[in-house]
Amino acid sequence: MHPAASLIAFTTLSGLGLGLLAFLGVGLAPDEGRTGLVFFALAFALAGGGLASSALHLGHPERAHLAFTQWRSSWLSREAWLASGALATMALHAALSLAGWRIAPLGWLGAALCLGTVGATAMIYAQLRTVPRWHHPTTPALFLAYAITGGTLLSGHVIAAIVLLALTGIGQVIVWRLGDGRVAASRSDAGTATGLGTRGRVRLFEGPHTGENYLTREMVFRVARKHVLPLRAIALILAVGLPIVLLALPFSHLLALLAILSHLAGLIVQRWLFFAEAEHVVGHYYGRTG
Amino acid sequence: MTDLPTHTDRKLGLVIDLDTCVGCHACVVACKGWNTENYGAPLGDADAYGADPVGAFLNRVHTFEIQPDDAPAQIVHFPKSCLHCDDAPCVTVCPTGASYKRSEDGIVLVNESTCIGCGLCAWACPYGAREQDPVEKVMKKCTLCVDRIYNEALPEIDRTPACVRTCPAGARHFGDLSDPESDVSQLVEERGGFDLMPEQGTRPVNKYLPPRPRDEIDVLAPFLAPVDDGPKGFLGWLDRTLDRIG
Repeated sequence: MHPAASLIAFTTLSGLGLGLLAFLGVGLAPDEGRTGLVFFALAFALAGGGLASSALHLGHPERAHLAFTQWRSSWLSREAWLASGALATMALHAALSLAGWRIAPLGWLGAALCLGTVGATAMIYAQLRTVPRWHHPTTPALFLAYAITGGTLLSGHVIAAIVLLALTGIGQVIVWRLGDGRVAASRSDAGTATGLGTRGRVRLFEGPHTGENYLTREMVFRVARKHVLPLRAIALILAVGLPIVLLALPFSHLLALLAILSHLAGLIVQRWLFFAEAEHVVGHYYGRTG
Repeated sequence: MTDLPTHTDRKLGLVIDLDTCVGCHACVVACKGWNTENYGAPLGDADAYGADPVGAFLNRVHTFEIQPDDAPAQIVHFPKSCLHCDDAPCVTVCPTGASYKRSEDGIVLVNESTCIGCGLCAWACPYGAREQDPVEKVMKKCTLCVDRIYNEALPEIDRTPACVRTCPAGARHFGDLSDPESDVSQLVEERGGFDLMPEQGTRPVNKYLPPRPRDEIDVLAPFLAPVDDGPKGFLGWLDRTLDRIG
């Protein structure tokens, strides 16, 4: 799949921001006074900025309000509701907390909506049977793991962050291995795509046109296979390895900031790979698989 | 709501004969022409005369090679457009309700005035049947020429999809696939019509007919007397003479 910058920014920033908002909601991050204001501002900037950048992906962003109508069937519509509910609930919670009237159940509701939003975002991808690498419950699990880990990291729980970073790193490796297995085990190929596979080996002889089209640009993006392993290693080192080392050193705010920036950079590489690595079955019609 | 209808009264669709298609792309051109001039936003092109042209099409012809283990390779021209699936994944993912399947005839359509151009329906379709228009930025797909098939202003012979009407080889057939007595259902029955990527669980309405076997030698052939076992006359004399010299 084409790794669109707007989608990478959207999932990365909103995941971190909603993770931090969830921690603020359950009272595990500073939510009072000037420090609280800074934390709320950072969380809203990340979550709101990420969600706003998703609109850049639309052909007609001026009609985005219509995306609230199909919540019964569409994960994208559910995400719109959950995101709006999460931001509105947490905005109220932030105002009350900063004013000194913190209502714990409101914060818990806000936190649940934040994590629900991350889950709905992931389900947009996980629901697609056409992309075997994404079509699995581990897709939302990993999105949630990254959001919670990011929330822990941003809210300054050093020991918990080290543990969650390590667990998320292990989870990421497992998800990559499982994804490779699903792609290898996929029953779709040029034979089933054309229905001619029982007659012999089927390959594309000539494409429908010489140039590119929307489908090949959007869905038949291929990352060079030889770069996958180095990119996975870079993502793991930046998102997980380096932050663990920086947090394990004697605490300083500078090192914590570097850990957060490293985690963010690693997350961007991870999300780029999430899209770039994902093979869509339509590639079988264009002779561009494997 | 973009829920799928539980039942459609009819299942209008295409039956495409891979044995007959000659790969001329006339259906592609007829489709582009009709759908640029009629229902909905025109099928746009970007940089049409430049170095990197790209355009929206609702129907494209791919060409595949089949290499059997024990026979020469065979070329199959393969037209592909929306299959108007019973379990259309493109419909249920739509966040705005712009994408829908009609309960009266099963045609899958896009309401272009409520499409936000998110492209999720194209991601959900295994067949590559939906493309975003590069000019209008809405999702385009085969309408089964909904503005032709019911159009009483057209002569009756023209009330079929443009691709079917134009096909010079008769490789494309249009009809109601829910009626077992219809011509298209009979054709599917007789020729062993099949679904594309059945493992995707989309239950397509459109069917494809397989190429007929080629180069089959009659089982009695080896027992027939040879018609000619050697050249006669002048050529026979030349053959024998050259054999002696050689």
